[in-house]
Amino acid sequence: MSMPGEVSGVKTEPMLSVRELSVSFIQYARGLKQQLLEVINGLSIELYPGEVVAVVGSSGSGKSLLAHAVLGILPGNAIVSGDMQFGGEILTSKRQSTLRGTEIAFVPQSVNYLDPLMKVGAQVKAAVKQGSKREVQQKIFKRYHLDKNVENLYPFQLSGGMARRILVAGALVGNARLVIADEPTPGLHPAVVKETLHHLRELSDEGRAVMLITHDIKAALEYADRIAVFYAGTTLETANVADFSGDGSDLRHPYSKALWKALPQNDFVSLPGFQPASGELPQGCLFAPRCHMFKDLCKEKRPKERSLRGGKVRCHYAT
Amino acid sequence: MRLTGFLIFVSGKVLKAVILLAALSVLSFWLVSKSPIDPVQSYIGADAMVVGPEQRENIAAYWGLDRPPLERLYSWGAALLQGDFGTSMIFRRPVLTVIGERFMASLMLMGLAWIISGLLGFWLGITAAMKQGSWLDRLIKTYCFTLASTPTFWLGLLLLIVFAVWLGWFPIGLAVPAGGLAEEVTLAERLRHLILPALTLSILGVANVALHTRQKLIDVLNSEYVLLARARGATEREVLFRHGLRNIALPAVTLQFASLSELFGGSVLAEQVFSYPGLGQATVQAGLRGDVPLLLGIVIFSAMFVFSGNLIADIIYRLVDPRIRQGEASG
Ligand SMILES: Nc1ncnc2c1ncn2[C@@H]1O[C@H](COP(=O)(O)OP(=O)(O)OP(=O)(O)O)[C@@H](O)[C@H]1O
Ligand code: SF4
Ligand SMILES: [Mg+2]
Repeated sequence: MSMPGEVSGVKTEPMLSVRELSVSFIQYARGLKQQLLEVINGLSIELYPGEVVAVVGSSGSGKSLLAHAVLGILPGNAIVSGDMQFGGEILTSKRQSTLRGTEIAFVPQSVNYLDPLMKVGAQVKAAVKQGSKREVQQKIFKRYHLDKNVENLYPFQLSGGMARRILVAGALVGNARLVIADEPTPGLHPAVVKETLHHLRELSDEGRAVMLITHDIKAALEYADRIAVFYAGTTLETANVADFSGDGSDLRHPYSKALWKALPQNDFVSLPGFQPASGELPQGCLFAPRCHMFKDLCKEKRPKERSLRGGKVRCHYAT
Repeated sequence: MRLTGFLIFVSGKVLKAVILLAALSVLSFWLVSKSPIDPVQSYIGADAMVVGPEQRENIAAYWGLDRPPLERLYSWGAALLQGDFGTSMIFRRPVLTVIGERFMASLMLMGLAWIISGLLGFWLGITAAMKQGSWLDRLIKTYCFTLASTPTFWLGLLLLIVFAVWLGWFPIGLAVPAGGLAEEVTLAERLRHLILPALTLSILGVANVALHTRQKLIDVLNSEYVLLARARGATEREVLFRHGLRNIALPAVTLQFASLSELFGGSVLAEQVFSYPGLGQATVQAGLRGDVPLLLGIVIFSAMFVFSGNLIADIIYRLVDPRIRQGEASG
């Protein structure tokens, strides 16, 4: 099995590398008292050229915030720390602003990201940075089976599926080296889901890196190379797609194993309990309250990320 | 189908307005009939000494003031329905003629103030929102909140003292130089008389549009579609021109149309301060001297004026906003 970043034996540099990322929001509690709400902590992820990395995890685990942090579009009350690099160079906010829309493309999570008062054709054209805006827009419309007259419609006149396709189309008009797609496919016709994911796969095969944020583990397994499992604002495990097989014994973290077992085609039993809310995180391992392997150390010390069997895991006792 | 929807909408509005006008007329009539001002006395004015009781009765009979209020209301209403607003007691000319003349003068004043306050307010609102939280934003906000609580006549007097009395840049009052022939009045002269009252109204009118535009643009800047625009490399300038203006222009224009009532109210006071012979000043005179036909005429006319502003605001929304336009087509 090849290690990530090892293309035909040559170790390449990661396209995107995020290490120990933390994101907190300044909140104003009663009166003028300030309060820091930490929503992402110690999050690490790497993307190599030519691969699709799927990011999975329950709602509120910090998937979208990671995407926004990489793009540098977090709200003004967010405090970011940690180390982010793109193409081997530190991602400063100045660099982020030149990379956005050129080197890094973004598919947002919801159709509310379309301007309600702007025709969708114009919105896609606005994303085109090179070549004839009109031609590029028409080409990508054709690719996503959007009729020519759709370009003159406003978002409220589109079906949910069409609006999604506009969002995807707007991201894929350029020549970005990194594509971040935040749940690009819900509500789409299965054929269009296939087409979209296939397109993302194609882009990565051309040497780009794709971050595919999704709830759909099945799709992730089909189109991704590696899967990062998010939980309460951190990565519990990064595994190769092949590790998600059989009884899940190739997986490293008890949470990923539980996720795998919960799939309909496997045991279909879901893990009891909930992900802890930001602001109410346990002091030790974030997964401790739900873990069957729990020991005393887990309560006292939060495990650091370590490499294990060609993947990464954040657990004291994973083997 | 789309046209019928639109017509139904407009005729519904007009019907409501007619009912409102009728109620307003009766109410005003009742209020005026309860007024302590004796119209005969104020009609006679300073000549009271030489007018005997018999003559008074004649005058009252001539204006129909000797008949019971209900009967007067009825005959006034009947005439009104035929387009006859009656004759002004103080100007001794048909009410409609007086209103027409006065309104033209006011229209220049209000129109100028309307445009200046609209553009300036829009620009201030955008500036504040684009620099939200900065000293500039705070300055603009403070300015607007202070203005919102400044009485018109106070500001008018202040401008009058500074620019007309101290600096002597502008005339102290009236619409044209006193003592000249009407034909000899140049446009420049008219403008010179217009500037101070128009400035008073504009300075005050700015606050509403500015604060509204600021809030609206801040909402737009925090919206998800602007986040996406930024994620795709749009600069702040592009964000403003591509998404900002599009989403804030319509609310600002409609707000400006819908605020004609405040403009009208402001002009009554401003015209009084600057002795500007517009409709506002005529209103005050009609009220103080018990000129019932003129006062009622103005009440009806100004209500229609304000109503038209609101109707235009509604219509613009329907014609311009694609979401409502579409709703009309399918509904
Ligand atoms: N502006 C904000 N202020 C405070 N908390 C926030 C803010 N934005 C997000 N959060 C919190 O951060 C956490 C992570 O949010 P995020 O949107 O990244 O979740 P997600 O993994 O994308 O979830 P989903 O699958 O529902 O999209 C959530 O608990 C959310 O409530
Ligand atoms: S660190 Fe402890 S609690 Fe956390 S996942 Fe590992 S075994 Fe479970
Ligand atoms: Mg999300």
